[in-house]
This record gives sequence, C-alpha cells and structure tokens, in this order.
Amino acid sequence: MKPQHGSRLRNFHQAKWDEEVIFELSNPGERGIHYPQVERAISDAVGDGVSEIPASMRRESPPALPEVGQMRVLKHFLRLSQQNLGADLNIDVGQGTCTIKYSPKINEKIAGSAKARDIHPHQDESTVQGALRIMYELDLFFREISGMDRFSLQPSSGSHAILTMAAVIHKYHEVRGEADTRDELITTIFSHPSDAAAAAAKGYRITTLYPDEQGMPDLEALKAAVSERTAGLFITNPEDIGIFNPHIAEFTRVVHEVGGVCGYDQANANGIMGITRAREADFDLCFFNLHKTFSAPHGCGGPASGALGATKEMADYLPVPLVGFDGGKYYLDYDVPHTIGKARTFYGAFPVILKAYAWIMSMGAEGLKEAARIAVLNNNYLFKHITEIAGATSPYKGGKRRIEQVRYSWEELYNETGVDTHDVTLRLADFGFHLWQSHHPFVVPQPFTIEPTESYSKEELDEYLDGLRHVVHEARTEPDTVKRAPHNSVVHKIDESVYDDPDKWAITWRAYLKKHGREAAKIRG
Amino acid sequence: MAAGDRVHPYIPNSVPDVKAKMLAEIGIDDIDTLYEDIPESLRFRGELNIPEGITSELELERHMTDVLSVNRTCSENISFLGGGCYRHYVPAICDEITGRAEFLTAYAGEPYEDHGRFQALFEYQSLMGELLETDVVNVPTYDWGQAASTSIRMSGRITDRDVILIGDTISPDRLQVIRTYCEPVMKIELVQHAPETAALDLEDLDKRLTSSVAALYCENPTYFGTVEEHGQVIADTVHSNGSLFVVGVDPVSLGVIKPPSQYGADITCGDIQSLGNHQYFGGALGGFIATRDEKKYVMEYPSRLFGISKTEREGEWGFGDVAYERTSFAVREQGKEFIGTAAALYGISSAVYLSLLGPQGIRELDQNILQKSQYAMKRLAGVDGVAIKFDAFHFKEFVVDFTGTGKAVQEINDALLEQGIFGGKDLSRLSAELEGCALYAVTEVTTQEDIDRLVEALEVLS
Amino acid sequence: MKKLGLIVNPVAGMGGAVGLKGTDGADTLERARELGAVPHAQERTTTALTNLTGIADDIELLTYGSTMGEAVAAACGLRATLVGSPSHPDTTAQDTVAAARAMHAAGVELLLFAGGDGTARDICGAVGTDVVALGIPAGVKIHSAVFAANPTAAGQVAAAVIAGNINRAVEAEVMDIDEEDYRREVLSARLYGYLRIPDARRLLQGLKAGSPRSDAAMQMAIASELVERMADDRYYIVGPGTTCRPFMERLGLDHTLLGVDVIRAGRQIGKDVSEQEILSIVDDSPCTLVVTPVGGQGFLLGRGNQQISPDVIRQVSKENISVVATAEKLCSLRGKPLLVDTGDEDTDTYLSGYYRVITGYHENTIYRVSPPT
Repeated sequence: MKPQHGSRLRNFHQAKWDEEVIFELSNPGERGIHYPQVERAISDAVGDGVSEIPASMRRESPPALPEVGQMRVLKHFLRLSQQNLGADLNIDVGQGTCTIKYSPKINEKIAGSAKARDIHPHQDESTVQGALRIMYELDLFFREISGMDRFSLQPSSGSHAILTMAAVIHKYHEVRGEADTRDELITTIFSHPSDAAAAAAKGYRITTLYPDEQGMPDLEALKAAVSERTAGLFITNPEDIGIFNPHIAEFTRVVHEVGGVCGYDQANANGIMGITRAREADFDLCFFNLHKTFSAPHGCGGPASGALGATKEMADYLPVPLVGFDGGKYYLDYDVPHTIGKARTFYGAFPVILKAYAWIMSMGAEGLKEAARIAVLNNNYLFKHITEIAGATSPYKGGKRRIEQVRYSWEELYNETGVDTHDVTLRLADFGFHLWQSHHPFVVPQPFTIEPTESYSKEELDEYLDGLRHVVHEARTEPDTVKRAPHNSVVHKIDESVYDDPDKWAITWRAYLKKHGREAAKIRG
Repeated sequence: MAAGDRVHPYIPNSVPDVKAKMLAEIGIDDIDTLYEDIPESLRFRGELNIPEGITSELELERHMTDVLSVNRTCSENISFLGGGCYRHYVPAICDEITGRAEFLTAYAGEPYEDHGRFQALFEYQSLMGELLETDVVNVPTYDWGQAASTSIRMSGRITDRDVILIGDTISPDRLQVIRTYCEPVMKIELVQHAPETAALDLEDLDKRLTSSVAALYCENPTYFGTVEEHGQVIADTVHSNGSLFVVGVDPVSLGVIKPPSQYGADITCGDIQSLGNHQYFGGALGGFIATRDEKKYVMEYPSRLFGISKTEREGEWGFGDVAYERTSFAVREQGKEFIGTAAALYGISSAVYLSLLGPQGIRELDQNILQKSQYAMKRLAGVDGVAIKFDAFHFKEFVVDFTGTGKAVQEINDALLEQGIFGGKDLSRLSAELEGCALYAVTEVTTQEDIDRLVEALEVLS
Repeated sequence: MKKLGLIVNPVAGMGGAVGLKGTDGADTLERARELGAVPHAQERTTTALTNLTGIADDIELLTYGSTMGEAVAAACGLRATLVGSPSHPDTTAQDTVAAARAMHAAGVELLLFAGGDGTARDICGAVGTDVVALGIPAGVKIHSAVFAANPTAAGQVAAAVIAGNINRAVEAEVMDIDEEDYRREVLSARLYGYLRIPDARRLLQGLKAGSPRSDAAMQMAIASELVERMADDRYYIVGPGTTCRPFMERLGLDHTLLGVDVIRAGRQIGKDVSEQEILSIVDDSPCTLVVTPVGGQGFLLGRGNQQISPDVIRQVSKENISVVATAEKLCSLRGKPLLVDTGDEDTDTYLSGYYRVITGYHENTIYRVSPPT
C-alpha cells in the first residue's frame, strides 16, 4: 500500500473529525467534574463562604463557560489531538533551527511522578533535595559542555535567556558606572530575531550585521560598529544557515577591546557538543535551549527553558537564586553580589529541567558527542542530496560544510514554475511532512530550513528526500496540484481575510458571536 | 559510539554500516571532515566531565527515582504553601490530554497540519475570555511576571508615557521580574497600602498620578490574599488621569469574584498554573494577558493571537494568526518586545480544565476554597498569640501574624515540618510590617482535618 | 462578481528578441518590426488568464478593444466588456493611458496589465496609486517592482484577489530606464513613481518568533528615529522614496515623493528643489542629508536624486548622511553593497565605505556603500 510513484511516500491523512468548538457542545446542566461539599463543621462555622464577598466585588453572573459531560470533553480534546502533527509521529526534520529531536518517553514518565509534580517552591530546602540536586548537577553538566563557570536555569526560553543576558550586561555596565553611555548592542541578521528584540526590550539600540557574500557576518562591519558605546554582542554560531564562523574569536576580541560583553546564543549547539565551546571562542555568557538541544518536548510552543551560563566574573550578575552544594546538602544560593534580581518567578521550568537532566544522564559524555557528530552527518547527507535537486539551492559559498542545519532556497524552482516555498510546504503536508521557511525578514529568497538532528534513521531521511523530490517533480509537471495543496488536510482552504480586519477578526468565541452573530455559529446544523 | 559497542537507542545512524554508507554518499571518509571549518584553536580537545551514559532505560529510571525519592511532596504532607504556586486538584483528563504525543511533541506547524493545536489554543483564549469577560486573550506567555511586564509595556506604548505605578501588595518575586523586564525603559514607583486592610492607599495614589503615569498595576486578590473592594474607584481615579488600569488576578477566583474588566481594568493579566497545572516546584507557570477588542490594544500585543474563521467547506472551522503583522501605533516605538517558546501546553491544560468545570464547577470550587480558607482563618485566630494580619475579605490566602507567640516563623515552621506540615511562607524578611508573619494558602485540596491538625500543632507550640 | 481590468500593450517585448532593449517610441517599434520581432504580450497574457478560467463566473472582466485585451480575452473564452478601443491598430502610450483611466472610472478591483517598464510608467502616470494594479511581465525592461515574477504568478495573484484571499495592497516602485542608456549598457534606473499592487506575500502561520512588524510600521519607526535625532539649527535635505515619507508626515510636512525637500526647525524651506536651490538655501550652514536606496539595484545616490550633486554632497559631508532603509529592502540586495554613481569618480570614492543605516527606532545596521563595478 505504501509506496507510490515507486518512492517511499505515504498516503498520509490525519483523522478528520469536523469537531465543533467546545462552546457548541454545551448543554445546560451537563457536568464535567464535581467538587466535594465541605465538611459539616466548616459550613457550620463559616456559612456558605460567598455571602461575605463585598458587593462591589461579587461576580454578577456566572462565567458563560460551556457545560459538557466529562467523556465528551475528553473526546473533544482527543479528537483535536488527532488533528495535530507531533514530532513523535512525523519525520520532523523540516522544522529547522528548532532541533526537533526525540523526546524520550521515559523522561515524561519520570516527570509525571508525584515526586516531581507535587512539590512547592517554598518548601523547606531539606524536603526538596532531589529537585535541587538535579538543578545543581545540570549546572555542572552545562559548565562542561560550554566551559563557562556557572549556570542559572531560571530563563523560560531561549528568547528569555537573551533578555536575561541583556539585563546581566546592563547591570555589569551599571556597576561600572557606564550603563548610560553603553547603550548599543550588536547582533546579526541570521541570529534569532529575539537577539535583537529582547535586547531592544531592555532599552538597547540595536545594530544588526548582515552577511557578506560568504554568508559570514561582516567582520569589517563589526569593526565599524563598535565604539565606547558598545554594551555587547549577541551572536549565534553556527548561524541559522548552518555555516560555522571560523573568525568568531576575532569577533569577541573586537568587542572586548572596546569594553563590550559577548553573549553566545547557543540555539544551534546540537552539532558542536563536545567539539567546540563558548570558552574557546572567549564568550562571557552563553545559553542553551533545553527544549531543543537537550530533548525536552516542544509542547505546541512551551514550556521551554533557557539555561544561562556565565564566566566567573559575569556569574556575579546572574539572577537569584542559583543552586549550591556544600558537600552535604543542596541549597538555594542568594549570595550573588551584583544579581539582576529575578528573570522568572521561582527557579525555572522544573519539568523541562528534569527532562534535560535525564537526557544527559542517558547520553553521557560520549553520547553527547556522538549525538552531535551524527546530527552533523545527517545534515550533510541531506545537504548533499537536496542540493542535487534541480530547483533547490543553498545560498552562500562560505564554509565547505554545514554543521547541524542548512537554510536552502526554492528561488530557482519559483522562477521556473511559479511554485513558491509556501506551496511546497503545504504540498509536503499531504505526505505527513512539515517544512519551515525562515524567520522574517527573508534574507534568503524562498527559504526553507532543514535540521535533521541525530534522531532520524537514514531510511527516514531518504523518505523525506523523496517527499521533496516528488513535490519538485509535481511543480514542473502539474503545478496546480502543488498550488492548490494541501489536499489531504483535515481542514480546507481557510478564509484568511478576517484575520487582518478588526471588524471581523475574532480572538475569542464571545467576540465571534458578537461580530458574526449567533446564527453564523449555528450554521453547522 | 556511546555505551561501549552498542548503538545508543536514541541515535539510529550510529550503526557503523549506515554511517559508512552515508559518508560514502557525501564523499568523505570520516565525520571529522565535516568539522573542518572549525579551526583548531577553537576545538575542545579535552574530555567532558559528565558521567558515563545510563543507556539502559531501566537503570535510568532507577537512577532518577533514587534522586527524586528524597523529595517530600505536598501530598505526603500537609501543605499551606501558596504565594504564586498552588496545590489545586488537576483533573485526570488534563494530564491525559497534555500527555498526548500529538500535542506534547508538536511545535510550529501550519494551520493545515496543526489544526488541533490552533483550535485548542483558540478555545483556551475563548474560555479565559468568558472567565475574564474580555474579548481578547493571548496564547500563554511564560508566567504572570512576564504577563504583567508585557501589560505594563503595552500600557506605555498605548499612552506614550513611561512611569508605572505598582500597588505594593504585589508578589515580591513578581516585582523583581517586572524590574528586570521593564527597567530602564519604564520607571517604576510603588503605591502604598493601608496597614490595616492591605487596600490600596488612595491618597498615595492621588499624589503619584502625574502626567507621565502610563498605568497603575495592582493585584487583586493581593499577594496577601486580600480582595480590594474599591476597584471601580481606583479605575475612575486612574482613568481621569489618562492612565490605564492594569490588574493582575488569580483566575481561579473568578467563579465568584468580579473579573477586573467589570470594575474598569483596561488590561488584565495573571497566571494559569491554578487552572489545571501541577505545582512542579513552581515550574509549570503560564501567563495570560486580556483586553478589550480594540485595534489599539490588539496591535500592541507582542504575543500570538489565534483567530477563528470559516473555510471553503460549509460548516468547517479554520484557525490562524490574527493581525499577523503588528503595526504599533506608539509614537515612539519604545517598547519593542519579543516572544519565544512559552507555555502553550499549559494553556491546553487550562482549556481542558475550564471545559470540565463549566460555570457550576468553578463556582463550587471557589465556594469550597472560600469556606475552607475562612474556616482556617477563624480557627487560627483562636490560637493564643496568633492573629490574621489584615482585616479584609480574603480569597484562598491570608497572612498569619505569629508575633504574639514570641516565636520566629522559621522556628514555628521547623516544628510544623517535624509533624509533616508545610507551614506558610515566611514573610519576615519582606518588610518590617511583616516581621513574624507567614503567608498561608488553603485550597479545595486542603481538608478540615488538615486545618485542625495545623491548629492543634500551633496550640501546642504557642 | 468582482471587476477585473485588463490592458495589454500589444507591442511590449518586441524589442528584446531582436536586441533593441525596449520598444519605447514609434521609431524603435518600426525598427523592431523590420528586424522580424513578433509580439509576445498576447501569449504571456493568455498564460496569466488561464489561471482565471476556473473562476470566470466570479469575474466581470473589463478590457480594451482589439489587441489591447479583447482578442486575448476571447481566445481564453472569457466574456469581457469593452471600456473603449484604440484609435489606430498601431497602439500608443496614449491608448494605455486612456484605457487605464477608463478602468479606474469603472471601479475595477484590480487592473492587470501586460507590458514592461514603459507600460507601468504609462499606467502610473494615468492612475497613480488610485487603483490596485499588477503587471504581467511581457516587456523587455522589467526593473519596476510592480510585476509578478512570471505570467503564471500574475494570474495566480489575480485569482487570489478575486477570491478575496489577498486583501492588502502595498506601494511598489515604478522605475524608468532610459532606453538609450540601456542600449549602451549603462544602467540608469530612476524612480518614476509608485503603483499600488496586491500584497501577495504569503503570511506563513508557522511562526516561532514574534509577529513581524509590517513594512509600514518599520517606516514609521525609522521616522521616529529621525525625529528624535533632529536638531533645530540644521537643514535637512530629504530625498525621494516612500521610506522618507512617514518622517515628513510625522513633522506635518508635505513630502515630494519623487523629488528633494529641504526642512529646518520643523518647517519646510524648499519643496521639490533643484541642485542650485539646495546650495543656495543651505549656504554653508550645517546640514544633514536623509536618503534611502531606490529600485532593485540599491542605488543610494545618483539615480533619481541627481539634485543631490557632488557639490551638495561636499556641502553636507559624508558623516552627515543619514541613510534609511527597511530590513526588507536591505535583504532584497542579497549582500550587495549600496551604490553611488554621482557622475564624479572622486565623489564616489569619497562616499565609499561603511555607513550606519537606520532600519528602525533605535535600530540600525552597518552597511557597505560603493560605486557600481
């Protein structure tokens, strides 16, 4: 049944349930869950509890939540889940820059235990030694992988780690009396857009460097950019196009010479674990994404975690508390002389931290390096075969190799057939594949970014390649098939015109009913 | 190759033959060649000091269980801890749904690939919208601290002003998060509270309302669990200054308490941990921001906003991003913000939670919490030397003053711990006013027996 | 039913095949015919219209007589209403202008036209930004940003507009290339004006970072930066292009989209000024030049803003040049430098080097400027 066109492609189709919006399932009186009545002694002592709510603060009518029986609620969300494409089900190499690797189930099972779930952040330290040990040891592991001296696990994501880096840098200059004069931060266009946006949120002026013809950020431009106003540099390496910048130590040197601080966005660390580190390139700060490189699942867009590392000097500015160990017990360490304060309430996204720890424990030093090496092997295998597909190119000639991902372009295909990268994406969806393009603005025309990680077998990579080849063939022979894709989606062509019209957009069901009328909602019959 | 000669279960292409074949197709002999662009000076040639991999799942589970086993949980003990992370009951279906691989391992697919994710999060927004009585709610951000910070920055952009007043009954942790995020772009000033009731000091507010004030941010219920009665008065005062009113709220209280939008809040924010998410050492937070459906508000959200639409097929719903490109109307674009991977899965959990509770469930829940917390306050107030600090209506939390016992909170908590009771969070170091005080939380999970045991233990101690 | 306008420039593209680089003017056309050129516009238009046959029932097609649309519509089996006809079988630019005005009067949703830069220029001259238009590339010179990538893409975009899937329009540059120069292989694209075209950028939903800010938002942000930096004791010489417009709007001043204005202390001192006028206004006073690259080649100076002459540049001096450009514009240059071609080699050399280009409020980049090679 499987192969069509003599290839490995699947006749994929998600379950289509035509599922209602939860509010449409409401029947007055149905109940999804009960809460217990309070003990008699309690009601005897305090009455109904609600009568004493001050009149000005009493809710006048109950919230118009749907009333749905328990099994129907379950069924509703299970059906929605079946209309979603998780990495566990597809060959998720097409979501470049996100390092979609296998998130081991055993780690989910462990994270689901009461010993992890059912602990409160303000418990006495003596009662959470297990949790603190995990955080402390993970800090030690990250020190090894980066060469930095201390990590905070508080930032909630990569972007949040960038904001926290900006806060650390701000504090560092503040302590030196230079916070007001050092107001410029430098980054590159191929770094994550949050490198610029999060730094700007902290009040910095942003200078963005563009790549030279080789695809490297322009070193001469950096030299022209730095001055006594430079607060620091935020940069990824390899950048999102997958080329390793061999001059990176030159970049940090130029910035250090003017008194700036260098922060390494290690979102693309998966190909270089154990190969090269922030320390060797002389960075002062760096961060890892635990939901990327260290296997925690992406959860439809979080929870996530960004572990922020610092050299000995910069560790004095990290958010509190850090986690310490006195040889006998683990403790929350608030003794950070110039701390920025807090990046997040409490100590970090513990379930994510726990899963990253378990993953590293499973890999060990050798396994981490092997994961990096195979991720790079897989990527260069795809690189070789994708650039052989007529219509696909990889811009920039710098670097013979690519590290863990490549940003490709469908520009030639588009010019030849009118089929663009968006069309290709939607057609690939018909075969159960996802393909992501690029951040905005598109520096590479008609971009697509592929990062295979170490998780997928050669057969799976070959299947994905067949998908790409097939769609490219269709673009030439039956472009309409590609243009009108997807054909197998559970949802048909969506009317996107409402999303930009304030009179029509509806961000909640109640807004929909107001703008489009109750009748419009009942059209389903 | 990891683990001796065995191929690691997570790395299929470590199989020597496969590796050789792939290398041959690339046209090289060794994976090392792929790193040739990295100069020797940048290469790490040492050994990572990380333990040998526990590649057997059985042993890994054993190790992790060992490490975690020393934790003492809130269910094995009696916990009165709150202060931003709460032990509410999480219905089984919440875990069932968030454990679904399709949701758990999805990320950034198109609406045609991830219809379920878009719909579930649209429903999350909609259910929250009913609870909050607002027409716009965002896809979850990191936590309440982040949601409050973004609400504050939004108010700065909307008003083109840069001072933010914050009611000082805010969670101290959250205040620090706000400082990290908002300073130096926004200037923060605190507004005092009345010492007896913890209500916002209207005179102090009046004094601070200058033409630079973008907004007043305050929390209701406050960090001390007190409910502010004068919401509308505060709103009117703030609005008459051309400033916005931003309110942080624990959404689980809104089954019985009036939502801030109904007493004049322009922006409401808070955390969804209370709504179907476990405590996780304070690690399962998620922030929400809610406003009216006006372009000037919508365009200032940095967050994603999912919208509902029709498709070309009659009777079929489709979903996507509303206002995909945001055009800030701020005269000065002083508040560029970012978003990243945040807390979507917890939003789905909250959607399941609110769907299960419905209008009656959330009322029952809140009534339960109110009765138990009132019972606890009443009983504790009867203990010698123990008093309830603020004279106000409370929701779920309250400050207990132990100064009359002559004992430090830490001392009391140590003694309680010996009896398997996690006493309230020690507030002694927060301010002179709170010396000898602790913050107690009572939820629907707390039983009468738990409260009685606490009271008995304190009676012996005091 | 939505009204779609169609104008075909029947002689567009004839010069290309015979090496004439355009067909502007009757003489050239004659010469093209002598060299055996045949028209391609009809077949290009057919390719585009093929994408509309499936939704013919939703379209009220308005076109011009004979070879200017009528014939090709009939060939595609599309019913069309004529809003006029060319006066002579050898159609001219005046026919294009008349047709475009008639379509505008009829209230078309989209005006699809087949031709090249010359045709775009004629349509721009006739209706400006009052009508949403889109070019089917059929001419020899395609330097304007108002054309689809190819005829199929033009048809697809038109279909999307009819289907209501594209609801936004953006201003796009119409370039004017001197054919005489072009034949001598001298690239001399000038900004002629702007047309509004459908915003066909596909807004992908697979977001993993924040919503991108729109181009208009970025232009406003650039304006904020410029306003913040302004000093009352300086003259500001403001060059052409839409990127500079929000800056002038923010100051409440009228912007000459295709010319140069001079302002000081928030007041307009000169409007659409010549080189001499600039020099006499500025007269050795401190001044700042605000310029943005125009056209696909990234020309910063020397194309469409010749008023800013070597003399003016010397007066301003290099460090007082504020270059503004959106990130999207810079990305479209694909790493190539911004170009200066002032006609004076020394000035060009003087201008070369790295500039801090303003890309938003408190946002900039360091970008290279050099003479064309």
